[in-house]
Amino acid sequence: MSMNNQGRPSAIPAGAASFDGVTGTVTGNRGLQIEEPLIFEQDSAGRTGVDLPDVPKVASRLGAVKPRARVGLPGLAEPQVVRHYTRLSQKNYAIDSGFYPLGSCTMKHNPRLNEKMARLPGFSDVHPMQPVSTVQGALELMDQLAYWLKTLTGMAAVTLAPAAGAHGEMCGIMAIRSAHEAKGDSGRTKILVPESAHGTNPATAAACGYSVDAIPATADGRVDLEALKAKLGPDVAGLMLTNPNTCGLFERDIIAIAEAVHAAGAYFYCDGANFNAIVGRVRPADLGIDVMHINLHKTFSTPHGGGGPGSGPVVFAESLAPYIPVPYVTHGKDGFALVENAGEGPAFGRMKAFHGQMGMFVRALSYMLSHGADGLWQASGDAVLNANYVMARLEDVMTASFEGPCMHECLFDDRFLKGTGVTTLDMAKALIDEGFHPMTMYFPLVVHGALLIEPTETESKASLDQFVDALRALAERAKSGDVAYFQAAPRLTPRRRLDETAAARKPVLRWTPPVPAEALAAE
Amino acid sequence: MRYLPLTEADRQSMLEAIRATSVEDLFRDVPKAARLAGPIGGLPNHMGELEVERLLGSMAAKNVPAGSVPSFLGAGAYRHHVPATVDHLVQRGEFLTAYTPYQPEVSQGTLQVLFEFQTQVALLTGMDVANASMYDGATSCAEAVMMANRVTRRKKAILSGGLHPHYRDVTTTDARFIGFEAVALPAAPTGGEDLLALVDDKTACVVVQNPDVFGHVRDYTDLAAACQAKGALLIVVVTEALSLGLLTPPGDMGADIVAAEGQSFGNALNFGGPYVGLFAVKEKYVRQMPGRLCGETVDADGRRGFVLTLSTREQHIRREKATSNICTNSGLCALAFSIHVSLLGEAGITQLAQLNHAKAVQMADKLAAVPGVEVLNDGFFNEFTVKLPKPAAAVVEELAKRRILGGVPVSRLYPGEMEDLLLVAVTETNTDADMDAFAAALSEVLA
Repeated sequence: MSMNNQGRPSAIPAGAASFDGVTGTVTGNRGLQIEEPLIFEQDSAGRTGVDLPDVPKVASRLGAVKPRARVGLPGLAEPQVVRHYTRLSQKNYAIDSGFYPLGSCTMKHNPRLNEKMARLPGFSDVHPMQPVSTVQGALELMDQLAYWLKTLTGMAAVTLAPAAGAHGEMCGIMAIRSAHEAKGDSGRTKILVPESAHGTNPATAAACGYSVDAIPATADGRVDLEALKAKLGPDVAGLMLTNPNTCGLFERDIIAIAEAVHAAGAYFYCDGANFNAIVGRVRPADLGIDVMHINLHKTFSTPHGGGGPGSGPVVFAESLAPYIPVPYVTHGKDGFALVENAGEGPAFGRMKAFHGQMGMFVRALSYMLSHGADGLWQASGDAVLNANYVMARLEDVMTASFEGPCMHECLFDDRFLKGTGVTTLDMAKALIDEGFHPMTMYFPLVVHGALLIEPTETESKASLDQFVDALRALAERAKSGDVAYFQAAPRLTPRRRLDETAAARKPVLRWTPPVPAEALAAE
Repeated sequence: MRYLPLTEADRQSMLEAIRATSVEDLFRDVPKAARLAGPIGGLPNHMGELEVERLLGSMAAKNVPAGSVPSFLGAGAYRHHVPATVDHLVQRGEFLTAYTPYQPEVSQGTLQVLFEFQTQVALLTGMDVANASMYDGATSCAEAVMMANRVTRRKKAILSGGLHPHYRDVTTTDARFIGFEAVALPAAPTGGEDLLALVDDKTACVVVQNPDVFGHVRDYTDLAAACQAKGALLIVVVTEALSLGLLTPPGDMGADIVAAEGQSFGNALNFGGPYVGLFAVKEKYVRQMPGRLCGETVDADGRRGFVLTLSTREQHIRREKATSNICTNSGLCALAFSIHVSLLGEAGITQLAQLNHAKAVQMADKLAAVPGVEVLNDGFFNEFTVKLPKPAAAVVEELAKRRILGGVPVSRLYPGEMEDLLLVAVTETNTDADMDAFAAALSEVLA
């Protein structure tokens, strides 16, 4: 038996068989990494985390329906609930804790001022159906946000209604169809989408009843203008293009693309997911774009919240400006007014229950005001500088898919891993052990084993250098033939690689109460 | 600029490493004519925190917060008390500033929350399974109809006149562009529609709401069975999720899909968003569901863990063949929902729902005692419709001048119709004094 420096036995005492085989601890915990059961496994009947007033004694008036017997929710006291969610939170990677270079997602710092502003009771505690005389400040905020978005894009109109980027795409395609219909043009059945597009683009076009035709890319990662022209015709309703594109490149021919699309009588939809690269420096209207959604949760830093809520305002050129959904803010004779019903104008319909993601509008405007014109100029410049720096420092050990300069993200493929037995996925998992969130993997689809890195402007040079040093060392290690190291990664996380195949084959999508012992015995 | 860590020296050394002459040089692929020469015109320059707070604070001050006055608005958004714990926990950076759990090894927190959320929603609605949330109740409703189209391979939806008109409009907007038929019945403020008569062999689904937009509580058990006998699905919409704490849930009535708004738990009014759409189905329809799903599995060491699953339904894999183009869920709002429901537990949710109902009964009696006012509902949960002797919109404006937010005029939801009807919602946040003040002010306004 060995002794530690305080003279205590440090080996596992004989007879203590209950040590966890994975962690070596009794509890399965590992220091600050604490195992946490499901909330349903902590139930004690009758316990609650709220104290409510007594229910007034009145005769129930529920009408035709009987009160339900039981919901089946667990009972926990407040300290247990606080500990449960605190422990769960500690199993998450987040921007607050480290570098999160998830390409195409713009994981930048989320300022807490924005959270504070969104929680002002004058914004957070306002009901959507209050008389408009009591919500003039809320409408003013929406009007101000609209002004900023129109100014930054050079566009004529904006709708704030869509709840997320994909919802904004839907809105834009609906506007395009409305415009064609208004001209009596019903022969346009196709939307052109480059191969490198986000999956939401073809999904949106198809959902709106269009067939999708893919445009190939050129060897330098851009839309093939000639191939595009060949596909344009009286059957094309529009083009959906991401710019800067998902390879992290600016579409050099964009003005010619816009002209060709317009000449064919179609509209040019831009997926604005990558607007962060050019915000405050380039106005999409000057590129010939007719309609574009903006992800407030990317470019304007409303928090991603573990997958939402997003917000996807859409800006429109003059030609499409009449075809926006309700509701929208107008300037009335007694201040701001709200148009809420589609029957009142050429609006094409409604996309959401109320007026859009107000909580996100406040955060986004707070972000815009904090930066101002000068700060946004600097922010997009630094975003592009950071991405090019990462690309330059990795080019000799990894394989960049296209020649730079890149915009706000840089794309590598897996040619540098060829013959090593290590995959893009393995590299990503090894990065996790180094304390980084992996880059976007296997997207875009136009290169093999894609690794898409978007650093954003809110990373310091020291942070980028640490990331680059780790990635360089991992690339060298992969080339040295140490496949086993990669395939076993990650080793240091609360859970190691998870069996996704099993999860999909026999889906377990909820907790179910354990079968009572007596029922099992009766079987 | 306080959010930008690069120093001028950093920028210079980085440009050298890139072998670029300037940051502007990195934008050389942008057509020259479209490149601005410097910061964009027409917008102010940067501001410090103090200045932003002043500016936005002055806008916020122009609104009347619902909590600052007696407030009785509902119609799909409800003011409930949110325990302090909820907002504290959702602001933990590990939840707030994480993204979609694409890398499950470093996202077990979000994933376990989603698994628990799905279970809570399934329990509340009485359904087998639920997804990880949709944008809001209205988009959830429209997605439910599209899912019914896929399941039945039919293309017609019958929308009850008791369905919230915004939910109806979102669904009919989708119908027009996506290409299915949506037959919307006229508003039914006192009920009495024969939905089943409209169901034919082209009907994919019937959409009803409980309680309906006028507050009536209904039993759809017979309708569910009758729809299913004709090969159609019954979709039940719930806009006040707290009602699920007291009423027979849609699952027990035989609903095939439940589409609901979850804002009542954990989420502030926020002038209409962000909210959290709930979406629950019978087990047999799981693979036709839209949206994200979290599932249980094991890791390389055999320990229980969670992952996003069945993603072959989704747009990033299936592209134009996906079940929906939805790409996000309402993550943080779902977290707030889940924490609030966890705090309430079985005992709390029952008592809170009873409290809402009892207060609404008291309020209905007080309003019925006002001369000229008639309560239209026999049965209701925490919201009901009253008939006034004057146009409700004008009455609400008059009440607002007396600093009372006295409900939603039905004509705001149905322009030009039912101008004498007012929707009144009552929650645990309304005191006896609030209710007396409302009844007294209404007497004055109507006198």
